[in-house]
Amino acid sequence: MLADKDRIFTNLYGFQPWNIDAAIMRGDWDNTKDLMALGQDAIIDVMKASGLRGRGGAGFPTGTKWSFMPKEPKPDRPNFLVINADESEPGSCKDREIIRHDPHKLIEGALIAGFAMRARAAYIYIRGEYIREAETLFAAVAEAYDRGFIGKNACGSGYDFDVFVHRGAGAYICGEETAMLESLEGKKGQPRLKPPFPAGAGLYGCPTTVNNVESIAVAPTILRRGAAWFSSFGAENNRGTKLFQISGHVNKPCVVEEEMSISFRDLIETHCGGIRGGWDNLLAVIPGGSSVPLVPAAQIMDCAMDFDGLKAVGSGLGTAAIIVMDKSTDIVRAISRISYFYKHESCGQCTPCREGTGWMWRVMERMRTGDAELSEIDMLQQVTKQVEGHSICALGDAAAWPIQGLIKHFRPEMERRIRERGGDTAPMMEAAE
Amino acid sequence: MAEAPKIPDEAETRARWGSFAWTDENQVKANEILGRYPKGREQSASIPFLDLAQRQVGAETQTQGWLPVPVIEFVARQIGVPYMRVYEVVTFYTMFNLAPVGRYHVQVCGTTPCMLRGSDDVLAACKNRGLVKGGTTPDGMFTLTEVECLGTCANAPMVQINDDNFEDLDYDKTTEILEALANGGHPTPGPQFGRRASCPEGGPTSLKAMVDANHDYRGEWA
Repeated sequence: MLADKDRIFTNLYGFQPWNIDAAIMRGDWDNTKDLMALGQDAIIDVMKASGLRGRGGAGFPTGTKWSFMPKEPKPDRPNFLVINADESEPGSCKDREIIRHDPHKLIEGALIAGFAMRARAAYIYIRGEYIREAETLFAAVAEAYDRGFIGKNACGSGYDFDVFVHRGAGAYICGEETAMLESLEGKKGQPRLKPPFPAGAGLYGCPTTVNNVESIAVAPTILRRGAAWFSSFGAENNRGTKLFQISGHVNKPCVVEEEMSISFRDLIETHCGGIRGGWDNLLAVIPGGSSVPLVPAAQIMDCAMDFDGLKAVGSGLGTAAIIVMDKSTDIVRAISRISYFYKHESCGQCTPCREGTGWMWRVMERMRTGDAELSEIDMLQQVTKQVEGHSICALGDAAAWPIQGLIKHFRPEMERRIRERGGDTAPMMEAAE
Repeated sequence: MAEAPKIPDEAETRARWGSFAWTDENQVKANEILGRYPKGREQSASIPFLDLAQRQVGAETQTQGWLPVPVIEFVARQIGVPYMRVYEVVTFYTMFNLAPVGRYHVQVCGTTPCMLRGSDDVLAACKNRGLVKGGTTPDGMFTLTEVECLGTCANAPMVQINDDNFEDLDYDKTTEILEALANGGHPTPGPQFGRRASCPEGGPTSLKAMVDANHDYRGEWA
């Protein structure tokens, strides 16, 4: 188990106040000026050496991402940092804990990251439904301004940097980086075609980097303790500590910081009091938020919880939002509900996704009751393949993968339901609509 | 579309809301919001302005607020864009109500992590209390909506009522909360089973020194 002294988010559960004085006592805003004095390129080098991979799901190396920003921004096209706090992936609830219990880690991280990428300002885009969390964040930003930690001559470094909070209004798709930029500009959150990439033309047409809350909030601690400290955790290529969010059928669901590459069994036994009904009762796990394929019990039990370990079992780490399902679960319904989620959240821009998510959900609902034909399982599989990769953003993929995972691992269960309803003997094909 | 809201009669809403303008207090907030965005980028304020306007309508009607057409037009004028640019934003984001809602907007999360922990029971409790999905109770107290993941999955199942989250629910707890609200009470938001935030039930498995004191771990850094 990760030692308490090596945890970054020490006030994760909010036993202590979030305010600036308490945060300073815990070590935040400790000589931030000296960290900035390292220099912009040196900060990026430390981030690269730490092996930190983006915590928003895609796992892109954070230091490398920062280095894409123009080194000499023009006055009329300043660089921007946008921090993605639009946490809406079913299963994910880590950014919320950071924002409401340790907001100063995020704000200090915003300053350091913004400075390193030569940004003029940071916008923190927080999802609209996090109402109380946003209140805390607004108050924390105001505190940091009052102390002179951000704003003109931030922390006495001579660098001017603003932090603004922007609340969304309830759209999952705004977690996609270009949709987030559209939403920040006051429009519908529909993803943009890439290229141009945000680092070239992002917010207001200016160079922009979009980072997850957790990626930004860990940066100050990495600089204080060194890249070698951070990269001493986790397996090669999967370094560092990570907030895991465990929901579903465990005895004690929780959010907890652990080292990367911890085994699933260790994580659950140490922090969650085991699987409800014991390990024999485990059916399947969705290890990275709703958009990654599920993994059956036998394969996940001793799997390393990191990018590569989960890729090896055909899934992904995503945001490390672990949804555990025991044998009492109606697995087809669980996935069908995810399909409904994607149908609800499709922005409607690309036809395969807009039409496909609705179609897949309707067929999944029939699969749930068994009111289908055996051949329709293959048809469903084919349609997921036609949606996947054929939309501007990854929402189409995210809608397709859970169903592909279900068919791959639980096809016998789907067939059983159809047989029990006598669907395979139905004489006539029915139109999907 | 069965889910589409019933938009109230336009002549009536125009008569009621045609002269909508910020209250003095909200004018201050609106100026502050505009200050967050660069000059010439006032459109960025569309979502914060709509939220503010919906809250003002709510305060005037003793409900959770909604966005009548004249109010949307007002917001469009404030940020200097055509009405349609703002209307399409209202329809795109789920937190904007196109039709009036009740005093309490009960938003039950029904996505898979909550479903696994018993959101069916939460919905059943709402139903047995007379709440109907997509509708408002005749006394105007409750509007029930099933929403998608609200991001408190480690505390599932949950319901967001107005600005507060009620977490770790079951059938009885949900009934208690609704009953308390109906009787003018103020039930305590957050986890309903006595645990702290998303800490494991029965006490933390890590960071135990933080429970009683604002512990500084820097002294233990190697």
